[in-house]
Amino acid sequence: MPITATHVNLYHVCHRELWLHANEVRMEHTSDTVSEGKLIHETAYPQRAERYREIVLDGVKIDFYDPKAKVVHEIKKSNKAEAAHLAQIKYYLYILEQNGIEGATGILEYPTLRITETVTLTPTDRSEMVKWLTNITVILNSLTCPPLLHAPICKRCSYYDFCYVGE
Amino acid sequence: MKKSYYLFNPVRLSRKDNTLQFTPFDEQGNEAGPCRYIPVETVSDLYVFGSLDANSALYNFLGKHGISAHFFDYYEHYTGSFFAKEYLLAGKMQVAQTRHYTLRNKRVALAQKFIEGAAFNILKNLRYYHNREKDLAASISQIEKYATQISATTEVPELMGLEGNIRQTYYAAFDTIVAGFTMENRSKRPPKNELNVLISFGNMMCYAACLDMIYHTQLNPTISFLHEPGTRRFSLALDLAEIFKPILVDRTIFRVLNKREVQPSDFATDLNGCVLKESGKKTFVKAFEERLKETVKHRTLNKSVSYKHLIKLECYKLSKHVMGIEEYKPFKIWW
Ligand code: SF4
Repeated sequence: MPITATHVNLYHVCHRELWLHANEVRMEHTSDTVSEGKLIHETAYPQRAERYREIVLDGVKIDFYDPKAKVVHEIKKSNKAEAAHLAQIKYYLYILEQNGIEGATGILEYPTLRITETVTLTPTDRSEMVKWLTNITVILNSLTCPPLLHAPICKRCSYYDFCYVGE
Repeated sequence: MKKSYYLFNPVRLSRKDNTLQFTPFDEQGNEAGPCRYIPVETVSDLYVFGSLDANSALYNFLGKHGISAHFFDYYEHYTGSFFAKEYLLAGKMQVAQTRHYTLRNKRVALAQKFIEGAAFNILKNLRYYHNREKDLAASISQIEKYATQISATTEVPELMGLEGNIRQTYYAAFDTIVAGFTMENRSKRPPKNELNVLISFGNMMCYAACLDMIYHTQLNPTISFLHEPGTRRFSLALDLAEIFKPILVDRTIFRVLNKREVQPSDFATDLNGCVLKESGKKTFVKAFEERLKETVKHRTLNKSVSYKHLIKLECYKLSKHVMGIEEYKPFKIWW
């Protein structure tokens, strides 16, 4: 199974969520958060479409890539899972590098919070990335579902009812 | 909150921008009353009991919004559904679910759980009325005896037989619970008297509610464990309904009869048997819907959930069971 940016993102949120997602156990996509996220994309930067293109490399889709400036753009609603967002962008940069595009940078934006962050790929990131990808492969191929996280983010997770319903 | 809509009278359904337009019509096909407009995003599904006039453009519109339409004949038997594209079906879940059907011990184990849950909830109902000065001690001990035999069964037909015995004893107790109506024997096609009509109608509503919830998960509604797949098209809904009928249907029946919300005049008898008149259907559907919306505090989720959501949670538990994540424990009313 090709590793997608969603896998890298989820790996940094919850291994169980990653496994469920990869095993096609999905929650209804009627969630407000999803549509809100889409809306932010559509309304936050109308002029952005001119500069950014959607590209696919090694089966990984980057929604907003500016080929001239070599910039990957990612917009998120809340910074609650910031580590996961950063990992996702770094994965994009890594994939670009693997495909011969060196020195690309990323911009992570939270328009509703008016926060912008620049992201680059460091040597440490590169070796970390190899570790992440190995671990992700192990989880994706595992026959058993990873245990409950029992973390505060569970309350906001779309799998909460699924995970915590006992009897 | 999305809502289910029940259409009892002949209606023409069409799209008007982003709303659904309901135009009632009479036997001659003429407009019979004012149109109603309902925003499409507030509709979860349609239950069609009367005739529905619609074209493919309308069905495309429904499909795009994930709205299914379920159809019922004159006696409220389920006849079929229009299903919006099955957007959640997952290959891995289907394979896992099928494996639990084909491996006999896995199948029996699940089937037992459904009966176990059903028997528990049935006993809960009986005890409730027993504590309210209705003498049901004999029925209770009889069903308790049957319930102890569940775990010893090794075949599904054997289990079905046990289930039949439990139901028979249970339904016989209805005469004691609701004064003024008699059950005689359970009769289905067509039901012979008022109580039987209500049970059939209510069970059908419960089946539809279960089907609706299954549809919102990745379970395949055609692969069932207790009922033989193919008994009805979506036999998994029959499995799940076993657990919820005592809580959703029977309690609603007791309520509408004991509070005299449904009266003998709400029924009509014809050559074939007994039918529920429109007035009675409306009252019952309203009471049933109220029941689905009622909430209880969930023990492990630590929040209030509706009865309808309890059905969906049951689907989650079943999904976890077939995916090998966590063993399924049937829903047992805990309050
Ligand atoms: S609810 Fe918690 S354990 Fe379950 S998938 Fe979400 S984050 Fe992971």
